[in-house]
Amino acid sequence: MIVCCKQVPDPEAPPAVFKVANNKMTLPPDVKPVIGQYEEFALEAALRIKDTVGGKITALSVGNNFIRDVIKKALAVGGDELILLEDEAFDGGDSWSTANAMAMAIKKIGEYDLIFCGRQSSDWDAGQVGLGVAEILGIPAVTLARRVEVTDGKARVEQVIPDGYHVVEVTLPALIVVTSGLGALRYATLKGIMAAAKKQPVIWKPADIGLEPSQVGAAARRSKLDKLFQPVKEAKCEIVEGDTAAEAGANLAVRLREAKLL
Amino acid sequence: MAEYKDILVCGELADGKLAPITAELLGCGRKLADDLKEGLFCLLASDAVGAASKEAIAFGADKVYVVEHAALKEYQADCYIQVAESLVKELSPRVVLMGQTSMGRDLAPRLAFRLGTSLTTDCLDLSIDRETKLLTQTRPVYGGNAQAIFVSELMPLMVTVRSKAMSPLERDDSRKGEVIPTKVDIDTSKVRTKILETVKEEAVGIKLEDAPVIVCGGRGLGGPEPFQTTLKELADLLHGAVGASRPPADNGWVSEALHIGLTGKIVAPDIYIAIAISGASQHTAGCTGSKHIIAINKDPEANIFREAEFGVVGKYEEVVPALTGKLKKLIAG
Repeated sequence: MIVCCKQVPDPEAPPAVFKVANNKMTLPPDVKPVIGQYEEFALEAALRIKDTVGGKITALSVGNNFIRDVIKKALAVGGDELILLEDEAFDGGDSWSTANAMAMAIKKIGEYDLIFCGRQSSDWDAGQVGLGVAEILGIPAVTLARRVEVTDGKARVEQVIPDGYHVVEVTLPALIVVTSGLGALRYATLKGIMAAAKKQPVIWKPADIGLEPSQVGAAARRSKLDKLFQPVKEAKCEIVEGDTAAEAGANLAVRLREAKLL
Repeated sequence: MAEYKDILVCGELADGKLAPITAELLGCGRKLADDLKEGLFCLLASDAVGAASKEAIAFGADKVYVVEHAALKEYQADCYIQVAESLVKELSPRVVLMGQTSMGRDLAPRLAFRLGTSLTTDCLDLSIDRETKLLTQTRPVYGGNAQAIFVSELMPLMVTVRSKAMSPLERDDSRKGEVIPTKVDIDTSKVRTKILETVKEEAVGIKLEDAPVIVCGGRGLGGPEPFQTTLKELADLLHGAVGASRPPADNGWVSEALHIGLTGKIVAPDIYIAIAISGASQHTAGCTGSKHIIAINKDPEANIFREAEFGVVGKYEEVVPALTGKLKKLIAG
């Protein structure tokens, strides 16, 4: 099994700390990077399969300047191997260049039954890389999975739809795009953290996956970022008060009637 | 190289009718097509398209390509992509529009990678640059904490559009347009996934997307019980529906079908009452289209008060029953 992960700024940080400067998102140094929330669900999905039927989990990520303690969480929770496509040239990629680099790395890894991705990264939120990898590799993909089981060379997936879910069967090898609802990623055990500390990630440069630096990252983008900005919001909230919270609640009812909202 | 022109909307049906998102895409596509002085086309694929093709014309399409095939009864990626790929190659549209829906999220990235073009998902605003005739694409990023404008030169220009971000045209049944039955050979041996079962989980009562009033609860409610009591009483009084932000859905307090936000449902009711919701951008992305937002939260610094029109700072256990009780009297009185 291969799990695709991305290191992103903590999306749970308060909205006020997100500031755009010179077309780039800048965050104060106390906002620590994390593995994206949907990739954490993807890891958990893979770990559950390892729990039940066994197998080896390889975590794969593309970028530059990985913080080892952050990305090694994939090993600490039970991953067996970590491959980082890490080079300056990988910086600033879009969905296309990221998916292409991932797919080339997966071809080099060779054998696999399942690839897990998160539904969308927790920074750019585009939701394309997983399906892109599947298209490039020519394997089937199931999106918005919230439960995955493997039996007899097939995966059975609960796929979220607007008013319920489908049970979908897919032949292996396949790529599964994971959404929330699967349950949070397990905590790393002390033993897991110790074992992860001893392991070193495998580092691949563009040449290791058969690509020129001009074929990855920002140089290979298909869509160009013209502008990054933050629309100005006018705070216009009228706070309804009262001597007690209950009185404020009753006063709100009166105010909403006056304003003819209800 | 083919000349790329015109706008193609990949439409969807809902209960045999044109889906609301498709009417919105046609409204947006009409403006783009008029700016370019080009045509607006709509693809409708299903086992039976019926009167929806006429609806697409009434909402702005010049030509509707109707593909009917038994394998298209339900959305299935490996079938639908064959239809979309074949039509895009035949028509060479300048722009392909899809909804940021279950189908669009699944189909658009596959199609863009297969065609070797780029895609911008979840757009809120689209416009044509008069000089270059390229599409300026605006979408939220960083969970809604910023917006980005993208441009691409690769044809066709593909985008998905967030539901309720665009307005449909007024329906005009006298509009003239052409319905073109189109045959696509679907190779069912390429279908690698199989839907074994469809399970409905929709809560009984009013659908969230149709409710004029939504009472939405967050992590601060602490468990499933307030959704069934405190919030439901207020919702019932106002003939509305109960919704939730992501943590209650993730924790299993409510069904995923009630989840409102960036990765849940996008709603735009008249009245949205947010209770014990901090107002992370990922949540407000699902409700900013609401006409009036009312917030109740014990934290005066909560981000939700920046989105709301009216607010009360206080514990929901005290505020909400008093609000419901007083409203009941006022409505009766």
